[in-house]
Amino acid sequence: MKVQMTVNGADTSADVEPRLLLAHYLRDTLGLKATNVGCDTTSCGACTVLVDGESVKSCTMLAVQADEASVQTMEGLSPDPESLHPVAAAFREEHGLQCGFCTPGMVMATVSLLAENPTPSEREVREGLEGNLCRCTGYHNIVRAVLAASGQDPDAVTGGGHAEEAPSGGVEAAPGFSTGSGA
Amino acid sequence: MSIMGTRVVRREDPLFLSRGATYTDDLTDERLTGALHLTLVRSPLAHARITSIDVEEARSAPGVVAVVTGAEIDLAPALLFPGANKGMVRSWLPTDKVRFVGEPVVAVLTEEAYQGQDAADLVEIDYDPLPAVVDLKASASDEVLLFEEVGTNTSNGFGLKDEFDEHLFDDCEVVVTREIVNQRLAAASLETRAASAVWGEDGRLTLWCSTQNAQASRDEVAGWLGVDAAQVHVITPDVGGGFGAKIGADPEFALVSWLAKHTGRAVRWNETRSENMTGMVQGRAQLQTVTIGGSRDGRVTAYRLDVLADAGAYPRLGAVLPMFTRMMAPGVYDIEKVESRARVLVTTTTSTAAYRGAGRPEATAAIERAMDMFAAEIGMDPAEVRRRNLLKAEQFPLVTKGGAPYDSGEYEKALDAVLEASGYADLRAEQKRRRDNGEVVQLGIGVSVFVEITGGGAFSEDASVEVHADGSVTVLTGTSPHGQGHATAWAMLASEHLGIGIDRITVKHGDTDLIPRGAGTMGSRSLQTGGIAVYQAAGELVELAKQRAADLLEANVDDLEVADGSVNVRGTDKGVTLAALAEKERLQVDSNFDSGAPTFPFGAHVAVVEVDVESGKAVVDRIITVDDAGPVLNPLLCEGQRHGGIAQGISQALLEEVVYDADGNPLTATFADYAFPSAAELPSFTLLEMATPTHVNPLGVKGIGEAGTIGATPAVQSAVVDAVSHLGVRHIDMPTSPLRVWEAINAAAASPGESRTDTAGEGTK
Repeated sequence: MKVQMTVNGADTSADVEPRLLLAHYLRDTLGLKATNVGCDTTSCGACTVLVDGESVKSCTMLAVQADEASVQTMEGLSPDPESLHPVAAAFREEHGLQCGFCTPGMVMATVSLLAENPTPSEREVREGLEGNLCRCTGYHNIVRAVLAASGQDPDAVTGGGHAEEAPSGGVEAAPGFSTGSGA
Repeated sequence: MSIMGTRVVRREDPLFLSRGATYTDDLTDERLTGALHLTLVRSPLAHARITSIDVEEARSAPGVVAVVTGAEIDLAPALLFPGANKGMVRSWLPTDKVRFVGEPVVAVLTEEAYQGQDAADLVEIDYDPLPAVVDLKASASDEVLLFEEVGTNTSNGFGLKDEFDEHLFDDCEVVVTREIVNQRLAAASLETRAASAVWGEDGRLTLWCSTQNAQASRDEVAGWLGVDAAQVHVITPDVGGGFGAKIGADPEFALVSWLAKHTGRAVRWNETRSENMTGMVQGRAQLQTVTIGGSRDGRVTAYRLDVLADAGAYPRLGAVLPMFTRMMAPGVYDIEKVESRARVLVTTTTSTAAYRGAGRPEATAAIERAMDMFAAEIGMDPAEVRRRNLLKAEQFPLVTKGGAPYDSGEYEKALDAVLEASGYADLRAEQKRRRDNGEVVQLGIGVSVFVEITGGGAFSEDASVEVHADGSVTVLTGTSPHGQGHATAWAMLASEHLGIGIDRITVKHGDTDLIPRGAGTMGSRSLQTGGIAVYQAAGELVELAKQRAADLLEANVDDLEVADGSVNVRGTDKGVTLAALAEKERLQVDSNFDSGAPTFPFGAHVAVVEVDVESGKAVVDRIITVDDAGPVLNPLLCEGQRHGGIAQGISQALLEEVVYDADGNPLTATFADYAFPSAAELPSFTLLEMATPTHVNPLGVKGIGEAGTIGATPAVQSAVVDAVSHLGVRHIDMPTSPLRVWEAINAAAASPGESRTDTAGEGTK
């Protein structure tokens, strides 16, 4: 079947099998590899993209269902790595990613979340992202990144992002090697 | 100013956050253009004889290039772990018998990925079912054998030759014993396993795969294929999570490589999540019997740990991990008499291997539960019992009763720190208030003190540093990241010596032609081996540059210093840039660092949970942790490692469990069935900082990747039990799911003094 859609602002079209998933259309037909497939059961959210502005798990949507739609993937947010989208920049500043596999989905889900709720509370961020699983970060810094991207001070909400010195004693450093949070 | 110890954001992130990282399945290498897609037909039965395999219909399906059975494969079955029982070998595709659900039986190669799924459905395999062996005690009975010709289900053991001392607990006033399950877990890295292979005209294999160690994968795959390691080039692109389960190669990697040779085409393989949850190695899976004894004033004098460990169907790395469990059995405590043993058994389940902590969390969970049960038995606060038995700072270094050479530790300081920061006394008061009021939501407070071993078994690592004529720097390292941020951290270490900004330093890893030797990233070893090697190499490069600059500048080496990428004569404006030196002659050093010993990071956690005693649901309210891994190179990265570890620890305590039914069917084969937390199920974490250096490397650094998991798991489990201990519950096996908590409460109410999972008996002498 013929599909045509706008992906990251560019017109695309292809003759696809009716069963082709949107995730595979983006990855294999268009070569947009940021969108990852992690689970096959709509559980992990690594494949989250925006379809006509709504966040969608692209492993659960057929390419033909997105016919004539406008699709945005993470590649479309920050075409230039030197100039990251504010959400992506906040993920970097707050170390909201480690292996990076969940990251494109997490970033797209955040864009969608903040579009609906521009200044979410910590609880609202956590619940807003519950469809996106991360195995590396423990979510602490992802939550901070979302709060920072919304213009809020993450320290005020998550009880401080930096390790605090143990209250019972001093910190011993190896020679020439600071252990504090400096720079 | 030194870059060490500063919060440097990751250099790799701009790419990761714009076009995305490049995982194995994302590769667009031209050698993979037109590659065949591998689909594996896997066993639906846990234990069965194969009576027939019919692939004729599949062979004629659209897009099919080849359908391969084990009969065509000319590779000998392999013993996947050298220390296992020699008869417990795995066929690449079995033709006689399958031993776990998910074992690959037939390989289907197609032009397109979807065609492979269609063709796989047409493969007809007839099985004659055999009884499954899922339970470890059933396996130990040898009534049903996985390998009949071997005659036993025991793969290997540790300490089995020594009889336990029947008088170990004779002097104890109090002895508590119990059976504890350390449940099977899935690493559940978000990227599933993947591999791509192509053979060049030069007769060499290029294998791209998702692994934590390219060099070991090269050696393993070469060995399995029966070719020289020099014929294999392994490239590790970005890796989407490892957590121990991607240490080394998987049998599928060799299969992909063999099929590429067989068909003369490039072959790509990327498994589904269900294949991952049934085929990828899993972790933990120990049945422990712990016995602890001591005096009523809180002194623990004797401890015994008896382990049955589950290797799964074909022994792999999991078969050796009980060695670490034994080594770390006494944990942070100064216990006069300690003994342990471990028997490793095969079962008709997925093979086990490393998962975050790999043998050490199992030791910590056992001793920490034992401490709690001992405390409950003598009616003393569990934090106080711990304090009375901790090894003292002045005792270090020491060799423990488990045989571990502990380097440095300040256990009491760590415990005090978390108790103080958590407001422990106030928490106990609040707990008492809720108990007195009979509230539905009770408070539980769990304390753990832990020590772990990092860099265990692999103390040596290679590094190379080169300054180029354009002033840029290349660092080669034998460790490779899957989220840990080596590209940033190793650049910081090189920058410290060279005075060249990290934006001009490229860190390369995971390519066996570029970096032939290396031991990879596992066991939290990277910084203390690979990082130190980079630091050392950069230091040696500075010395080399000074020698050359001394000749050029006609100066004494002792008068030279390196700053901002230049060698300068101290106190003058005379100098030469490292780039200029590199332009004259290649400026590069190869170095190797060998610490000769592991390190022993430690810490303490306080977990606060709320448990609804009507539903059994536990929610973590707060977790306060010290994870002391010595001086911190980059606090941002270090805290990220701690966060992830804590989350996985909480997750084991509350949620996670790979479940098989009695017939060996996996009941947790998708992310819809296998529970691990989303952001909504976790709190933010409170991290306290402590840094006790080690003497085994020049920077004093220890590993951090697994600390959070090791400390958080027993703290949270303990907190859940603590929340309902006033109802008579002494122990609940992990995961402490709402059903288990509810059952424990009800069982305790039905028979006061006995808890639901009190299977091994408990008593006071």
